[in-house]
Amino acid sequence: MSQFILSLIGGIFVSATAGYLGTLMLQKRMALVAGPLGHLTLPGIALALLYGFDVSLGAFPFVILGIILIWLFEMRTKLPMEALTAVVFASGVALAFLFLPIEQAEAALVGDISQVSFVETAVTAVLCLLIFLVMRKIFSKMLLISISEDLAKVEGIDIKKYNLIYLGCIAVIVALGAKMVGGLLTAALVAIPACAAKNLSKNMRRYSFLSPFFGAISAVSGIFLFQFFSLPAGPMIIISATLIFLISLVFKKR
Amino acid sequence: MKVLEIKNLNVALDGEKIIKDLSFEVKDGEILTILGPNGAGKTVLLKTLLGFLPYQGEVLWQKKTKIGYLPQGLTQLKVKDLPLSVEEFFKLKKVTKEETLKFLKSVGIEENAFLEKRIGDMSTGQFQRMLIAWVLISKPEVLLFDEPTAGIDVGGEETIYSLLHRFWKEKNLTVLLVTHDLNIVYKYSSDVLCLNKKGIACSGPPKEVLTTDLLEKIYGTEIKFYQHKSS
Repeated sequence: MSQFILSLIGGIFVSATAGYLGTLMLQKRMALVAGPLGHLTLPGIALALLYGFDVSLGAFPFVILGIILIWLFEMRTKLPMEALTAVVFASGVALAFLFLPIEQAEAALVGDISQVSFVETAVTAVLCLLIFLVMRKIFSKMLLISISEDLAKVEGIDIKKYNLIYLGCIAVIVALGAKMVGGLLTAALVAIPACAAKNLSKNMRRYSFLSPFFGAISAVSGIFLFQFFSLPAGPMIIISATLIFLISLVFKKR
Repeated sequence: MKVLEIKNLNVALDGEKIIKDLSFEVKDGEILTILGPNGAGKTVLLKTLLGFLPYQGEVLWQKKTKIGYLPQGLTQLKVKDLPLSVEEFFKLKKVTKEETLKFLKSVGIEENAFLEKRIGDMSTGQFQRMLIAWVLISKPEVLLFDEPTAGIDVGGEETIYSLLHRFWKEKNLTVLLVTHDLNIVYKYSSDVLCLNKKGIACSGPPKEVLTTDLLEKIYGTEIKFYQHKSS
């Protein structure tokens, strides 16, 4: 299979799944999580590039570390989440540049999809499908938690458990996204399509359809621009998503 | 018959004792209002009864009591931005469309078109009535309502309480209610439990225990207004 088709398949799967996950970033607290996680992938990506193994594999342990950090921060301190994310954010970038060879900085920061293998694409697709299925199963519970934790508790929902599952899904998608759009931009894959979809939805059915759809379109558009105009794929995916967001603002129902 | 029995309940949050040595019981079919100034531990008490908070002492519910809970401060603001329709909100409880319509109707929301409405677009009064329907649709036997009319105007408030009263009668409910509105207490409560920072300040039927002296003791001087109203 040609490199182009493989990139396209991987891109669509990751972006659509990220978009779906984004629809549940309804709480401010959650929305802020993807950002620092994305930046935390940078040291992992740096190591992967340095020693020549898969970028997502390098990113993943760092994302897990990030989740543990954020979770601990939240339990142990009373600092606002914004302050904590700022701490994690900056340390991720700083740590990466400690040992990232400067000629490979671009790949780490904005991704590189020009060399994906068939196996990588297959693994990516399977992981995305798994996340999608898990999310579909816990979607309504997560939604109730985000409306009111107290109401969720009365319904017997174990909030910590579901938040952890959700964070786990975010971790995997951020690691996968890191390869495609880089550590700096991976959080945007989760956030931007969802924001655009929210502007155009008055119910969940539409919202959770539009968000992955916008994610997929952004990926296709970015990868096409890369293939035929030699523009960098990662940034173009995000810029496409941003364009969709801007258009959604025009049509936003008040 | 006793629905709930509390014995020597102690609750501390972050090392601060909020509830000290509280004992009381709730009988089947009672409307118990929990009164008290801010910080007396009313909300903490409800949350403890629900098992959300760690405590010492005993909280004994009658076996398999189904509880409906409307938490404090679940205002529309929180869901204003959410692309969630009324129907989808009820679907979170896995109920049918027919049931949803029936329960919405029972709280005075009659049009079927409401199912499609975004919950952020409802009026405050409608939203609060919809929440009551949402709680009731699970067919609870005991209701724990924490200031269900906060942020609602006087007319809307009356509607909410007369609704609650009607359901209480129709469905043989037991109700534990936190409110600051003494008129409501006199009108609807069968019993009242006054909390202040020292513990129980009163308990019994409102007409017997809510004397002006006592109210002054619980709330301080603000009570003059009520004294005038209730005498």
